[in-house]
Amino acid sequence: MATLYIDNKPHEIKPGNSLLETCLSLGFDLPYFCWHPALGSVGACRQCAVKVFKDADDKKGRLMMSCMEPATDNQRISILDKDAVEFRAGVIEWLMTNHPHDCPVCDEGGSCHLQDMTVMTGHAYRRFQYKKRTHLNQNLGPFINHEMNRCIQCYRCVRFYNDYAGGTDFGVFASKANVYFGRHEEGTLESEFSGNLAEVCPTGVFTDKTLKQHYTRKWDLTMSPSICQHCSLGCNIIAGERYGDLRMITNRYHGEINGYFICDRGRYGYEFVNSEGRIRQPILHQHVVDREKILTEVSVLLKNSKVIGIGSPRASLQSNFVLKELVGKAHFYQGVSTREQSMDELALAILKDGPVRTPSMKEVEEADAVLILGEDLTNTAPMLALAIRQSIRQEPMKEAAKISIPPWNDAAVREVIQDKKGPLYVATVAETKLDDVATSTYRAAPEEMARLGFAVAHLLDQTAPEVIGLNEADLALANRIVHSLLSAERPVIISGSSCQSESVMKAAANVSWALHKKNKNVGIVLTVPECNSLGLAMMGGNPMEAAFQAVENGEADTVIIMENDLYRHSSKTVADKFISRCKNVIVLDHSHHATSANAHVLIPAGTFAEADGTLVNNEGRAQRFFQVQESANTIKESWRWLLDIGAASDNARIKQWKNFDDITVTIANEEKLFNGIDKVSPPSDQRMADGQRVPRQPHRYSGRTSMLANVNVSEPKPPEDYDSGMSYTMEGSRTLPPSSMIPFFWSPGWNSVQSVNKYQKEVGTALRDGDPGVRLLETNSDSPVDYFKEIPEKFRAIKNQLWIVSVYHIFGSEELSAKSASVAQRVPGSYLLIHRNDSEALKLTEGEIIEFQIKEQQYRLPIKWSDSIAQGTAGLPIGLNSVPYVDLPAWGILKK
Amino acid sequence: MEKPLTQHIRKDGRPLTLKEYEAVGGYQALRKILKMTPKEVQVLVKESNLRGRGGAGFNTGLKWSFVPLNAPKPKYLIANADEMEPGTFKDRILLENTPHQLIEGMILSAYAIQANESFVFLRWAYKTAAAVITNAIQEAYQAGYLGNNILGSGFDLNMHLHIGVGRYMCGEETALLNSLEGKRAIPRAKPPFPQVSGLFGRPTIVNNVETLCNIPHIINNGAEWFQKLSHTGDAGTKLYGVSGKVKKPGAWELPMGTTMRELIEEHAGGMQDGLKFRGALPGGASTDFLVSEHMDVPMDYTSVAAAGSRLGTGTLIVLDDKTCPVGFVENLQHFFAQESCGFCTPCREGLPWVEKILESIDSGEGRHEDLELLEYHTKALSPGHTFCALAPGAMEPLQSALKYFREDFETHINEHRCPY
Repeated sequence: MATLYIDNKPHEIKPGNSLLETCLSLGFDLPYFCWHPALGSVGACRQCAVKVFKDADDKKGRLMMSCMEPATDNQRISILDKDAVEFRAGVIEWLMTNHPHDCPVCDEGGSCHLQDMTVMTGHAYRRFQYKKRTHLNQNLGPFINHEMNRCIQCYRCVRFYNDYAGGTDFGVFASKANVYFGRHEEGTLESEFSGNLAEVCPTGVFTDKTLKQHYTRKWDLTMSPSICQHCSLGCNIIAGERYGDLRMITNRYHGEINGYFICDRGRYGYEFVNSEGRIRQPILHQHVVDREKILTEVSVLLKNSKVIGIGSPRASLQSNFVLKELVGKAHFYQGVSTREQSMDELALAILKDGPVRTPSMKEVEEADAVLILGEDLTNTAPMLALAIRQSIRQEPMKEAAKISIPPWNDAAVREVIQDKKGPLYVATVAETKLDDVATSTYRAAPEEMARLGFAVAHLLDQTAPEVIGLNEADLALANRIVHSLLSAERPVIISGSSCQSESVMKAAANVSWALHKKNKNVGIVLTVPECNSLGLAMMGGNPMEAAFQAVENGEADTVIIMENDLYRHSSKTVADKFISRCKNVIVLDHSHHATSANAHVLIPAGTFAEADGTLVNNEGRAQRFFQVQESANTIKESWRWLLDIGAASDNARIKQWKNFDDITVTIANEEKLFNGIDKVSPPSDQRMADGQRVPRQPHRYSGRTSMLANVNVSEPKPPEDYDSGMSYTMEGSRTLPPSSMIPFFWSPGWNSVQSVNKYQKEVGTALRDGDPGVRLLETNSDSPVDYFKEIPEKFRAIKNQLWIVSVYHIFGSEELSAKSASVAQRVPGSYLLIHRNDSEALKLTEGEIIEFQIKEQQYRLPIKWSDSIAQGTAGLPIGLNSVPYVDLPAWGILKK
Repeated sequence: MEKPLTQHIRKDGRPLTLKEYEAVGGYQALRKILKMTPKEVQVLVKESNLRGRGGAGFNTGLKWSFVPLNAPKPKYLIANADEMEPGTFKDRILLENTPHQLIEGMILSAYAIQANESFVFLRWAYKTAAAVITNAIQEAYQAGYLGNNILGSGFDLNMHLHIGVGRYMCGEETALLNSLEGKRAIPRAKPPFPQVSGLFGRPTIVNNVETLCNIPHIINNGAEWFQKLSHTGDAGTKLYGVSGKVKKPGAWELPMGTTMRELIEEHAGGMQDGLKFRGALPGGASTDFLVSEHMDVPMDYTSVAAAGSRLGTGTLIVLDDKTCPVGFVENLQHFFAQESCGFCTPCREGLPWVEKILESIDSGEGRHEDLELLEYHTKALSPGHTFCALAPGAMEPLQSALKYFREDFETHINEHRCPY
């Protein structure tokens, strides 16, 4: 520790950070624009000037940019110095010469960093008398609105989009007072992380276009801490509602997972909540009925029939657990295909029983060598791809450290690094968006990828099984990978279930275990398909095919299908047959789909916005999402419906459970793997130190007395929250809530998202009482290494057939986000991806229709060429609405 | 009077060929230093007290010594030939007439820092120089002065001509580096200094053309000889220039410390008939005005600084009594506002504001409070407040104009017109 004197008062500090970061961490209000905790310093805006004195005798001092100066021991600075104060106000005055005074019509108005900084510096009176410069705006696609006149040229957008996220279709153009940030020509922003521009921009140049469709001031939202539902990483989000519509998703800072950013699927996928496709009323045999009627009907059905329950990897632990309780453990099915279930269980086994720990995404950012086996991360777990883009800087950054450039001096560090990249090996079926930063890429059928992985493991440790018949090129690559992994201090191996190949995941496990045996501080990251896939695997349940069998055998005649579209997990023929054999199909879900279309009983479940629940992400971290809005209709959490059904059917155990806590505590106590999930968030009866609840609405929330005046002039009583210590009103505690219960970031004088600084122990590190969530799967590094031994056969192409493997799209492959209007605009058309040579051998050119059959399923799809996919294999964009489900990989037989 | 830099320039304007340059002792310095250690060369140049001729006046040998000699390859040496300071045309003479003097100077300097790659970063508009340098580099390669194993010494040096695209900003050494890398011409923060992390993040020295041209002569004749060339404490000769309404504008190599009076009255032939001297920018557009009382100030770094200005590039722009000083400064501010790279706030937003105020005063629409705003900017845009020296440089003529020609500004405001 060191001492920094700020305005003559000593403060204990950690030396080496920038003065700006140090002052902010100490709680001082020092204005800034171009600095960002995740992007570092460049010194462009000159807003954070402070006086720096040579020593205690120096009374004059020098103005310096606090973002560019390292804090040192016994240093003396002044924030309140007159020159510094005047200069900071002057910087705002300069920015205001061209910034339009359109705050009243600006989406950012009132939650604007520029406004906050303006007030903070005290600049108020306008001395500039001339015309402002103006710009033309661009249509940047469905996600981001562009209003360049507001730009204050802080350069954060381009530094995030290009430098941090690897975008190439955005830039800074022109010079002098005419600098322009946008695309070289109008068009949709290509980066999967473009939505972050709305949060990175300190003013209203880049704003959320979907919010604009149903605009409201951000402080007029009722907000809850939530968890993204659109992949397995569990990014923390804030969801905001007004007038019953979900209006906006923003990042919720989590030091270990998503940091300051989220992907566009996570930000814009929310619109399904407001969509026409919602199930909003209980429906019995095509007729809308009320709550009591449906409960009675279902309890009668349950009494008189042989019931099974099909759970879901996108439903919460609580919902799956209560369904399991209601139907009985023996009759609970996981609701995913046998192959998917075995993949999830394998991932769980590797994380739970293996000796190698799974790192957080923050730790992945700090990895200095990465091997990816089988995952197109940008499309399956986008934020992990963003983390990897940071990890490749780690190894070359060591050069900057050698010449004493601090890591936060961003431009200087990037100058030293140039195009150098740390080791990243990407083995996938087809091209990925990480190829541009990869040391080597490897394109092959999953079997070959697995063989490469097994070969790497064997080269690392001779006791790992050997791959026979590996060709020279692959062996050379394996050797290069081994060299990189052994040279690294913190290597990470990444795999997952998207190839649907156990061998690939096992190969990844072997590599990590072999490194572990070499005493490497290695991590393994496995991605799984859905937001609660790992949680469901931990909970257990029978494979779905067994459910089909049970009905086929007459062991069951009634099914409760919860938050699950069977047609996304089994072929149409099988699902059709199953549903037609069931006497009663009870569907509990929030959105219509092929399964709900066949339901006899349809019960309106809440989406994440209308529900509380716990999810387990791919890291094994249990995280809580809180209900955002009380639904006006009969929409309830699945688990609450099931509690009601249980009570109506006199289920003794279920009858005891009244709220979220009752279920959660039961799970935590009864299921060993879930010990601790009741600690994820405080119990519902816990209040803040002042005895109050945590309000979901900011104190600036407006309109509450009048918003329902058309119904009743008396303001209605706000809904009660029985499931958490939060309230649905603006009343409540104004002290810092527990980190798992932060509904929005705000601090006096900090009305924009930049206020997150005030919620962290040290700027850019953990939230004040620790980052939320409980990691359930801490591994024991002493666990014995028991290598997987089954190495797949070499892949051999078959004439007139193609080995068809899943490929994914960030926009389209995931069920719920694809229902969002903005995301839907980004979903590609269906296609079959094949190698150009294979296509030409078939005398088919790009865009022409190829016909093939996988099992009983027929496909007619336009061809998309790839120059890198392995010949004899093909990529089918699974999950797209226009591509029917099939269990992959599988041979596709070409129609002559 | 010795004129080492320009003594061999031909009257007909044709550049010296390699043979002609060799005939007058060219590349002898190279043969000499190949027997010296790089450190010895650095010490010699440091002792000569050669100060950077690009305007900042930093001791050249000392600057070189910051390059880590044992750093792994590559290291770079760059000749800053992006001469774009308004009123400055001294390097052009050296570039167009004695290209081998520059090339030899670069080889010597590269040797001193053990750089194996070098660039001439040339102003876009210098078309003649481009052709001359291109040809001279070829000649030097053919003669074995460039390339691998120069004169059998084991020292390698490649040289490339890079032609800029015409931004003033590129003359700033770190913006030049960015531009050379193909990036936007914005400056870089220091530290790290280019000597440690420069072009492509490697140790780099950027020297002005005139600076580099001095090196062969220092090597050949020694530090003491070089110091004695000067009238004053700052060593060597200086290429001075005069522009404005004088009888014979031009550039001349003279002993460092020649007075402004001698430059204007003798070498430039005095003011044009009917015009009186009112002031001059001593070292290009980004220096403070000197006025009649400074006529006898020796034009060297120390003396000009003591008089409240900077020697800069040593090329005077003369203001006469029939030219409106407000318009004069407005024109300069237009240039600087236009050439701002747009990276830092004070420069990007402050300079256009200053320009607009001056425009309004000059067109008779000025207000008295505008003078306060101008004063404010001269203080707010001072060194350290901005990212680089462009805006502080722009403020130098303005602040001194407000000091020496204040009545002109006030007349514009009071009479609502330009009195000129």
